[in-house]
Amino acid sequence: MKPATLPQAFSILLRRDLTLAYRRRSEMINPLLFFVLVTALFPLGISADPALLREIGPGIIWVAALLASLLSLETVFRSDFDDGSLEQLLLSPHPLSVLMIAKVLAHWLITGLPLLIVAPLLGVLLNLSTAAMKTLLLTLALGTPVLSLIGAIGVALTVGLRKGGTILSLLVLPLYVPVLIFAASAVANSDAGLPVSAHLSLLAALLVLAISLSPAATAASLRISMS
Amino acid sequence: MLRFFHQLASPKHFYRISGKWIPWLGAACLAFMLAGLYQGLLVAPTDYQQGDSYRIMFVHVPAAWMSLFIYMVMAIAGGIGLVWRIKLAEIMAISSAHVGASFTFLALITGSIWGKPMWGSWWVWDARLTSELILLFLYLGVIALYNAVEDRRTAARATSILALVGVVNIPIIHYSVEWWNTLHQGPTVTKFDAPSIDFRMLIPLLLMAIAFKLFYAVVVLLRARVEVLQRERNTSWVKALVAEHE
Repeated sequence: MKPATLPQAFSILLRRDLTLAYRRRSEMINPLLFFVLVTALFPLGISADPALLREIGPGIIWVAALLASLLSLETVFRSDFDDGSLEQLLLSPHPLSVLMIAKVLAHWLITGLPLLIVAPLLGVLLNLSTAAMKTLLLTLALGTPVLSLIGAIGVALTVGLRKGGTILSLLVLPLYVPVLIFAASAVANSDAGLPVSAHLSLLAALLVLAISLSPAATAASLRISMS
Repeated sequence: MLRFFHQLASPKHFYRISGKWIPWLGAACLAFMLAGLYQGLLVAPTDYQQGDSYRIMFVHVPAAWMSLFIYMVMAIAGGIGLVWRIKLAEIMAISSAHVGASFTFLALITGSIWGKPMWGSWWVWDARLTSELILLFLYLGVIALYNAVEDRRTAARATSILALVGVVNIPIIHYSVEWWNTLHQGPTVTKFDAPSIDFRMLIPLLLMAIAFKLFYAVVVLLRARVEVLQRERNTSWVKALVAEHE
């Protein structure tokens, strides 16, 4: 049998993760429900005043998105770690950082993309304007991959630990701050009719930076955690 | 010279050499700190706007400088430990984490105490204070990860990676927070602009900065010595050392 080339290995890994996720559809739904629920709690906790909701809406949706992505992060490596396939992945002759991109891409397609689909609904709940809604989708499309990429480093560092979950949030949330700031203020700006291209460019820059650096860091972290 | 550094990297020689350095560094630290405090509290003139309450900056500003400086040291030491597998670099990195977190906390507390009479409240979402707060969380993450991993060497290498990731992110976080701050609220504070500072105020500030650096050196060496002893407790030289003191 001929060994798989790198693009083949990439697509095999991607398809495998997507298939596994498809067979456990109910697990995919939970972070989404969490996203909706947390957002719905804020009007109940603060006030249902439409003007106020419109002002704090972008921040609320983005904080909820951060928490939802954090909640689903552990699934990146958890089941692979439990059944030993992660060790097989480390033994693969292909560069681990490229395989990590496949893992993170699969994870984003499973957990990040659904957030984009639900977000307009939340925009309606929080009384966002149509322009703000468009920006919200753009920021989510640019920002959530960054969250998955940064988060993967944190998961790789904590994968072998028994109480990894609580530490993971401490490791990852401070690193999410720039994404939150640029994304939430972009949505707020477009709601006020101000230009947002600077915010979106910065988010795109963060995404490029994360794609180029984080897979290598994730691979190095995995090798240390699994040694 | 090269031989000296080579020896320093071995735990045994590090323990012996650092034991000789610590009293000297400690004495120098004490001298600089006393001089700095005397200059800062008695010689430096009263500020025409802020009165005497500005004097807390002689602790606050060096502590804030140290908080960033130590993170850099930690990341560089961690990087060296990862690349060349030098045990001592790993030990230095993790010993720095606690000291750095303490300095960050000190900078936050003194900033808050200074802010009460100046801004009228204990906490203002000022750009610099906010970045310091996030820096504190980064330090706490490093410490938490180190404590969570069972094996000491794996823990040290994992925290080194985290410190390097943090170093890439610190400038991004700093500038994003600064940007966020200017978007949400206008500049409300007169900052300590370095060029406009009185010479008699600058002298104690620099003295205190040197004193804090020396203090860090003393504490990090003390912590590293304890860590070295713990890790090397099964080697013959530590056993001989213990037998000597019994």
